[in-house]
Amino acid sequence: MKQFQKICALAEIPQQGARVVNPGGRSQAIALFRTAENQVFALDDHCPHKGGALSHGLVFGGAVACPLHNFKIDLATGSALAPEQGQVPCHAVEVRDGEVWLAL
Amino acid sequence: MRKQRLVLIGNGVAGVRTLEEILRHDAQRYDMTVIGDEPCGNYNRIQLSPVLAGEQTLSDIILNPESWYEKNGIRLIKGVAATGIDRVQRVVTLANGEAVGYDKLIVATGSRPFMLPIPGAQLPGVLGFRDIKDTTAMIEAAAQYKHAVVIGGGLLGLEAAHGLKLRGMEVSVVHLGEWLLNRQLDQQAGRMLEHAMRDHGLQLYLGQTASRLLGDQRVTGVELGDGTVLKADLVVMAAGIVPNDALARAAGLKATQGIVVDDTLKTSDPFIYALGECVNHRGTSYGLVAPLFEMGKVLANQLAGCGKQRYTGTTTSTKLKVTGIDLFSAGDFMGGESYDEIVVSDPKGGIYKKLVLKDDVLVGACLYGDTGEGAWYYQLLREGRNVADMRRDLLSGPRELGDVGTAGASRAAALPMDAEVCGCNGVSKGTIVKAITEHGLFTVEEVKKHTRAGASCGSCTGLVEQILMSTVGSSFQAAPKQKPLCDCTTHTHEDVREAIRNRHLTSLPAVMKALQWRTPDGCPTCRPALNYYLISSWPGEAKDDAQARLVNERMHANIQKDSTFSVIPRMWGGVTSPAELRRIADVAEKYEVRMVKVTGGQRLDLLGVKGSDLPAIWKDLDMPSGMGYSKGLRTVKTCVGKQFCRFGTQDSTGMGIELEKALDRMWAPHKVKLAVSGCPRNCAEAGIKDVGIIAVDSGWELYIGGNGGIKTEVAEFLVKVKTATEVMEYSGAFLQLYREQAHYLERTVHFMQRVGLDYIKQRVLEDEAGRKALWARLQQSLALEPDPWRARDGVDANQFAALPA
Repeated sequence: MKQFQKICALAEIPQQGARVVNPGGRSQAIALFRTAENQVFALDDHCPHKGGALSHGLVFGGAVACPLHNFKIDLATGSALAPEQGQVPCHAVEVRDGEVWLAL
Repeated sequence: MRKQRLVLIGNGVAGVRTLEEILRHDAQRYDMTVIGDEPCGNYNRIQLSPVLAGEQTLSDIILNPESWYEKNGIRLIKGVAATGIDRVQRVVTLANGEAVGYDKLIVATGSRPFMLPIPGAQLPGVLGFRDIKDTTAMIEAAAQYKHAVVIGGGLLGLEAAHGLKLRGMEVSVVHLGEWLLNRQLDQQAGRMLEHAMRDHGLQLYLGQTASRLLGDQRVTGVELGDGTVLKADLVVMAAGIVPNDALARAAGLKATQGIVVDDTLKTSDPFIYALGECVNHRGTSYGLVAPLFEMGKVLANQLAGCGKQRYTGTTTSTKLKVTGIDLFSAGDFMGGESYDEIVVSDPKGGIYKKLVLKDDVLVGACLYGDTGEGAWYYQLLREGRNVADMRRDLLSGPRELGDVGTAGASRAAALPMDAEVCGCNGVSKGTIVKAITEHGLFTVEEVKKHTRAGASCGSCTGLVEQILMSTVGSSFQAAPKQKPLCDCTTHTHEDVREAIRNRHLTSLPAVMKALQWRTPDGCPTCRPALNYYLISSWPGEAKDDAQARLVNERMHANIQKDSTFSVIPRMWGGVTSPAELRRIADVAEKYEVRMVKVTGGQRLDLLGVKGSDLPAIWKDLDMPSGMGYSKGLRTVKTCVGKQFCRFGTQDSTGMGIELEKALDRMWAPHKVKLAVSGCPRNCAEAGIKDVGIIAVDSGWELYIGGNGGIKTEVAEFLVKVKTATEVMEYSGAFLQLYREQAHYLERTVHFMQRVGLDYIKQRVLEDEAGRKALWARLQQSLALEPDPWRARDGVDANQFAALPA
């Protein structure tokens, strides 16, 4: 059963940026993204194209561009933006009173 | 609020393409209705010739099936002609009695074949070649009858003749001009085409007119001006087209040989626009597809409320869709007295190439037999760029073709389908051709998006363009001359820079607001560009936005395939010391660096470093950042020079160190590499650097715009100076000019090609005060720039560490 856990303050993730979290018992790190409009999304930190760390990508609109080959991923769904194809696992994440909570 | 009603009369390529463009800008803006008198969705009229020739079927050439209209909420009224436009009530009346109201109206009624007003022209069996109906009638006639006469030896006439021949008819072509395609080819190329057509089995009557058509129930023959009578069961009139402007004319719109439109494609009624073959723009009517697409782009831009673009006419190019015949022409290919002509003519070998130049600018091209270079000439022509420096190589084509990933093949058409075109992303010609045909792609940009070919280093773009051209024929759409910075905007790099300077914009949101960006916060293409334009225009004032930088420049290290980083400290002029080497060795061991490598720029690279170790490594190294990750100053490569070398004429090492120290921390539109050699043996390879300096006994020679990367480019000689101080001033002034005027991601060589070496000489050599001012501006802006490894000002420490789970 997944439960929301408090990860950090919203302010610790830069706007239009990302941070990484390594939850125990998981080999794949999770990237937390914060858009210009302060929405927060959580995706596996692994691009479906060649495995780049999405947390190092450039966040624009509701998407991130992978730092390795500019592969673009929709943050809300984890799907690659057309015409690319691919899918990144997404995780439930919430902002409560300025704190970021991630379902693990 | 009620949506605006947008009505399109004419369900053809030009109009529907415009709707597609509008939908891309803003799908919600209009309620759209399309009125077309043909009984189907939009099809690619240009491909009717291959259909006639049996190379394609009708279903192959449908561009927008009826499901497309449904999916986009567009009402399609098909098979019904528009009969009138009531401009007062803003209503279009239809042949079936219906009335369709509009707020904005697009007239795209195209053109119709010009039917010669000669006796017998009304007889059954006499056709134009314009739509599916004509094509079907021709196919049926070919199955039933033997003799066909085509009147008109232009593009359409020859394609019709070729198709009918393939369908088994005996075909004669009657042509008024002295040679075939006299509007597209010069006489010599026309003669070569003539031989080829005769070899195909066509009868040609050149310099002849058709004076009347014979027959009672159906056409039986054509009588020529000299009295000759040709047998004919089918006559195709392909003697030109006439804009379909009757509807517009009847509604009182201004029309003379086409509906008159301005540069925004507006007619004399501000609620009515027109485009395509039915219009008269600046006195010209177009009958080819590329201009229609350009008009479509502009009109969509206008109707989507952007209101920025203007249509200023198109230089068209020609390609004949007759299998086995390669010809290409563009621009002012006839030449004449005040022009220069470069010609290769080999009638036996079937090759003819003529390039027409005026004042060192390519203004026309006519190719027969070998058209591989067509796309490249067309691009040069449209750019209007000075080709003085490559005159000698013009005929042999662009050197970049075949340099990379193409296994030496230089002609797109000859490439096998499995040949790798894009070496970066492993994209074959077959993949590209498939994407073009399946998705109906027309531009290099679209191909790039769908296949990733050309999306990385870009060196295969020319080849992709050729494949596009050979795949889609004359529907090929060359890149617009004025390319917007990215999909987020209609503004060019120049527009953006000018706005930042003139309107004193100092932040990304301010730029995006002032220039009406289409996206809320840009994209990976525009954000880094805008950030660079801001900090280079307003040093010390515009804040460097870390989130507008890609990972390398944000982390001040170079990301590797496994998301570790490489660390390259600066070694001035490639010189190090035992103490420094010891420190580097200690760091490499302490942080378990996976590889220590000597770079091509004479320094040491520590590879496989964890992102979280970066700040500690910088501290332990206690060396400045080599900025080996930057769009900025990378290295100054040097040879040992006269301090040790028996051939050295000057202290090249010292000169290199001095330059590197002066230019350290310099951000630029792209990476910048320098080299200083101590004698003309040039061990530092200064001839392929952005700025290369070669010492001679009497001073220093400066070269600019060299490049040892994707396409090797030899640097151009700029000037010879006497002192080290002058070397600094001239090099710095050139680099500052580059920093101020180059497009983001444009290397010095491409900047130099765009603005011309003469311009650079004028700014850097002739204008002494200007040169000193440039150099001073560079020094001022560098003085404000911190070393990111040492100061770590503005470097977000958070980004290196993971959050605790």
